[in-house]
Amino acid sequence: MSLFRNPSDQPLWKDEFSVFTADERYVTRRQFTKFLSLASLGMFAGNLWILAKTFFVKTPEFPSTVVAELGEIPVGGVKLFTYPAPQDHCILVRTGDDEYVAYSQKCTHLSCAVYYSAQQGRLECPCHQGYFSIKDGSVLQGPPPRPLPRIVLERDAGKLVAKGVKVGEHG
Amino acid sequence: MALMVILLVVQIWLLSATLEGFLAGHHGVALPAAIFSGLLFAACVTIDAFVERVDRESRKD
Repeated sequence: MSLFRNPSDQPLWKDEFSVFTADERYVTRRQFTKFLSLASLGMFAGNLWILAKTFFVKTPEFPSTVVAELGEIPVGGVKLFTYPAPQDHCILVRTGDDEYVAYSQKCTHLSCAVYYSAQQGRLECPCHQGYFSIKDGSVLQGPPPRPLPRIVLERDAGKLVAKGVKVGEHG
Repeated sequence: MALMVILLVVQIWLLSATLEGFLAGHHGVALPAAIFSGLLFAACVTIDAFVERVDRESRKD
């Protein structure tokens, strides 16, 4: 084979190897800017999707659900329940003799289940040490970006009834 | 091209901030964010067109 080869410094396999990987991997300026434009289009599409969701968002209708009876849990005690759907886990806390608060149990950071710390008087997320105020669910510390959604409670004939969910800033 | 990367980074930040606001219940941010994102996209496309034109002209030469 070497008798029919053109003189070359390169080994035989290099001369005969037909795939020029470096050339194939080379990205031209045009290709790169097109890729960036495509990525920009993707971001724009994402913003449009959020805008569309804003226009088509329906006011959710929340059911009335009995959560607990008054006096069922002791002061500083908690009760777990689901509202409005079975997959929406919530926590009810009795903070005083006649004071009850309830929040979604899903941490707004990465959806870990928060628990009530009676010693600290706050809701705590064990995953990344995010802490929420028991008064209004606002973020006290840690990575959670938003307050905990608050469950609207009403009293009805000695029972606590969940009537709705308040998302975002609390009054 | 560096300008395009910067614009893209701003756009990524804008998308994440808009999503955070939407999830927090602030629906008013969606429209201005979409408009600004559209402007950024238009700027990217303009730069892309400019680069293509420069490339084409340099190849002619």
